[in-house]
Amino acid sequence: MQWETVIGLEVHTQLTTRSKIFSGAPIEFGAAPNTQACAVDLALPGVLPVLNRGAVERAIKFGLAIGARLNRVNVFARKNYFYPDLPKGYQISQFELPIVEGGELAIQVGDASKVIRLTRAHLEEDAGKSLHEDFHGCTGIDLNRAGTPLLEIVSEPDMRSAKEAVAYARALYNLVTWIGICDGNMQEGSFRVDANVSVRPAGQKEFGTRREIKNLNSFRFLEQAIDYEVRWQIERIEDGHAIQQATVLFDPDSGATRMMRTKEEAHDYRYFPDPDLLPVRLDDALIARMQSELPELPQAKQARYQSDWGLSAYDAATLTASHALAEYFEAVVAKLLVSPRPQAGEGQGERVAKLAANWVMGELSGTLNKEGLDIAESRIGAASLAGLLARLQDGTLSGKLAKEVFAAMWAGEGEADAIIEAKGLKQMSDTGEIERILDEVLAANPKSVEEFRAGKDKAFNALVGQVMKATRGKANPQQVNELLKKKLAG
Amino acid sequence: MLSLEDVRRIAHLARIRVSPEEAARYQAQLNGILGLIEQMQAVDTSGVEPMAHAQEVYQRLREDAVTEPDRRDAFQAVAPQVEAGLYLVPKVIE
Amino acid sequence: MNQTIKELSDLLARGEASSAELCQDYLARIERLNPRLNAFITVDPDKTLEEARAADARRARGEAGPLTGVPVAHKDIFCAEGWPATCGSRMLADFVSPYDAHVISRFKAAGMPSLGKTNMDEFAMGSSNETSFFGAVRNPWDERAVPGGSSGGSAAAVAARMAPAATGTDTGGSIRQPAALTGITGLKPTYGVVSRYGMIAFASSLDQAGPMAPSAEDCALLMNVMAGFDARDSTSLERPAEDYARDLDRPLKGLRIGLPREFFGAGLAADVGQAVEAALAVYRRLGAETVEVGLPNSGLSVPVYYVLAPAEASSNLSRYDGVRYGYRAAAYADLTDMYERTRAEGFGAEVKRRIMIGTYVLSHGYYDAYYLQAQKIRRLIAQDFAEAFKACDVILGPTAPTTAFDLGAKTADPVQMYLSDIYTIAVNLAGLPGMSLPCGFGADHRPVGLQIVGDWFGEARMLNVAHQYQLATDWHRRMPEGL
Repeated sequence: MQWETVIGLEVHTQLTTRSKIFSGAPIEFGAAPNTQACAVDLALPGVLPVLNRGAVERAIKFGLAIGARLNRVNVFARKNYFYPDLPKGYQISQFELPIVEGGELAIQVGDASKVIRLTRAHLEEDAGKSLHEDFHGCTGIDLNRAGTPLLEIVSEPDMRSAKEAVAYARALYNLVTWIGICDGNMQEGSFRVDANVSVRPAGQKEFGTRREIKNLNSFRFLEQAIDYEVRWQIERIEDGHAIQQATVLFDPDSGATRMMRTKEEAHDYRYFPDPDLLPVRLDDALIARMQSELPELPQAKQARYQSDWGLSAYDAATLTASHALAEYFEAVVAKLLVSPRPQAGEGQGERVAKLAANWVMGELSGTLNKEGLDIAESRIGAASLAGLLARLQDGTLSGKLAKEVFAAMWAGEGEADAIIEAKGLKQMSDTGEIERILDEVLAANPKSVEEFRAGKDKAFNALVGQVMKATRGKANPQQVNELLKKKLAG
Repeated sequence: MLSLEDVRRIAHLARIRVSPEEAARYQAQLNGILGLIEQMQAVDTSGVEPMAHAQEVYQRLREDAVTEPDRRDAFQAVAPQVEAGLYLVPKVIE
Repeated sequence: MNQTIKELSDLLARGEASSAELCQDYLARIERLNPRLNAFITVDPDKTLEEARAADARRARGEAGPLTGVPVAHKDIFCAEGWPATCGSRMLADFVSPYDAHVISRFKAAGMPSLGKTNMDEFAMGSSNETSFFGAVRNPWDERAVPGGSSGGSAAAVAARMAPAATGTDTGGSIRQPAALTGITGLKPTYGVVSRYGMIAFASSLDQAGPMAPSAEDCALLMNVMAGFDARDSTSLERPAEDYARDLDRPLKGLRIGLPREFFGAGLAADVGQAVEAALAVYRRLGAETVEVGLPNSGLSVPVYYVLAPAEASSNLSRYDGVRYGYRAAAYADLTDMYERTRAEGFGAEVKRRIMIGTYVLSHGYYDAYYLQAQKIRRLIAQDFAEAFKACDVILGPTAPTTAFDLGAKTADPVQMYLSDIYTIAVNLAGLPGMSLPCGFGADHRPVGLQIVGDWFGEARMLNVAHQYQLATDWHRRMPEGL
């Protein structure tokens, strides 16, 4: 039988505020246990929550960025359950009237693009941490994280494969970091994914019973966990079992999911509006201010790259995979456009953008990947890369030489011009010198000359190669081509 | 009317241990209170907005600033069991 | 000892007594009477006298405020740094607060020393002060009787003049009912006027702190200390500061008093009814007119309250889990067992009943029928009052249906106990201000309280109405004999 996978994601993004969502305690990562847990975070008797403006503002920005509906009046509710890292015995969250409802996000899987609908996004507080290292058979509770602001973003069950789920998670990750509401530090838990996964016979309308995989903190685990879970569910059904609604955990070591609790054991959360917090009203002025603070969004940038600079959809998507990358790319282009430009004129923007795009996506990204670095950690800044590309553009460097200079720059040997100067890597432009070398090459390779004259184009390329080799790559290949053609014709 | 089983379920939700004798006593008392509460069902409230707060005002927003210093020692002075700055509880199994 | 706050403050201002001397006198009286009345849970003479000496020093520096040096007792529901805050519960029997409630910091700023922490029903759940882990409080007028609750310790302390004034909190009548049963004056302000920060929560949408003292004038002066905006309480209202004593001397001529027919029907004891009627006669003599008003939904206030208050309480009290502070069971098998034993042993029977009722009405499948329905009727009750206030300036009636009942009389039947708040609860549901002042005695020689309900933010007017009555009568000057 053919099976179809159905996936919806719930993502907890930690917001980039300075203080907690309902208290004035700091939210720095890695502080000594319980040193960032104030009276409100500890739920001392008599304390009360007061909502952080910064959390509301970030939620509004998110809603605007995904074209969602902002609930002008939204409400905080209590989700009641007992757990040692939940000091009040309830989590303050939003239930019936979340701050953000609806909206959508476009994803790209290979050449296919798809729109994923969002259900809602709501503000809530994080819990503390349980440390399971052994304290005489006890668990240690650190409440530094308790009260950290989270935006929980819930999608519709619109994804049909682990690949799509990962593409959505990445697009969402890109967006929240792009608009600056989340620092995206997945190791520190700033972006945590729960995946609701079910399968159904292809063509069936009703959804199958879902199981929720909790707390996936990397895209790789997300993909592995879903793939495992889908295989597991299909096998169960094919073996004649029914799937029970459940919450499961993914174990990265075994690559398997395991049961945490069944639906029967599920909590009765007893949601009700928090009497300590009043309804939150979003006024026009606040929303307008958040709109004005939003940067140009990935999709707008992609459209602009394609229409203004003629980049392909793929290139545009690649260059906007993160805000930092797009900023880098645009900085290179901007710098190149103001540098002395012998090729100025019609289509200059396109040529420059394509050159910059090729290098940013090619040499630069390749090197970054190889070294496991982020664009922000690049050893060559945008202005420096533009300096290199300017020399390529004005014919000083050949592509091959440019790569050599790039490597030297990466190794910390300085700016492009200085390296060119120091290593004498300037492209040879003296026609007389090139002709002299050409003559030597022709004399040394009579066979190739014969073959060319007999109509073999390959022989021509071999001769060009010999010339380039003899000049140690400093000759301009185009110039060599022209001169060689002339010589052989003559 | 609450059954004994209901009482036990509620007591567990509320994390309150009840002995069998207590459960029977609670059952009678809680049903008495629920009898009082049932009077509400006679009122037609269709079209009435629920009233969650005494005043019709909106939430005031706090400026995003750190105002609370570390007072761990003072706070943990009243804790039942702490070690290395952590609150200790019986082993939690996930 | 029978001096008003105003009189004490004049004494201090004239230099005829120091705060330390006043405090010593009250501490001595507490030491003598508390073993009989059990009004205080914590007394700490060293702390009190230290605060008193600081107040005297402040006065010597010429920096005294109007009430600097006047001592006050605090209900043990308020957190005060360095003092225990037990909330009448075994759960918090050993909890020493590391911080000050807003109300406490206001009293500190005014230079008013604390005489100690008063007894109360456990977590403010009760109408007789019999649910306290620290034992029942006795009514100074008749030690066989309860003082009412939940602020029964504060009420008894003031009635026996163990303190010139005390703080209380009122969720369904917990200031007014014990004030009525002990013959003192107590005010529950409009919800949001006094900050709830540091006041241990029972039912957040109903809880409100207020003053308890012999007279309305005292209450006005105390309101000037307690009231005011606090950014740490989201439900605290940002309003300009007001002088609650500003209208005390206003004549009552032309005052329109609303009499809700629902407050004078079956269930009201005859002797209480007679005392209230006599008070109304005084008001008519003072130039007020009375009009009948209707509060048709107020009969449902008890059922509504016993859904909303336990629901909020069940959640508010989840924090008492034996992890970060408070009681923890001595022996347990695992985490769940630790929770269940800690909470079974740490909470008393009434608290556990209310937690269970609250848990039930919020649980899956019952929310709409109970919680939502209760919130809807709450609105109808509030609308009744809004309608009534179109025809009157204040509403008057009995505070409680009977005088103080005997200890143990209602402990077996929670529902009977709940009905002793039948006239006070609707006021909390509507968020209105309400007060009780003494207006005579019942057939059993126990005090009767007259309830005044004001329009939203009508405290100054209510205090005026109460003060003018107290100028014409002396019920508030009466003291229990033999103390």
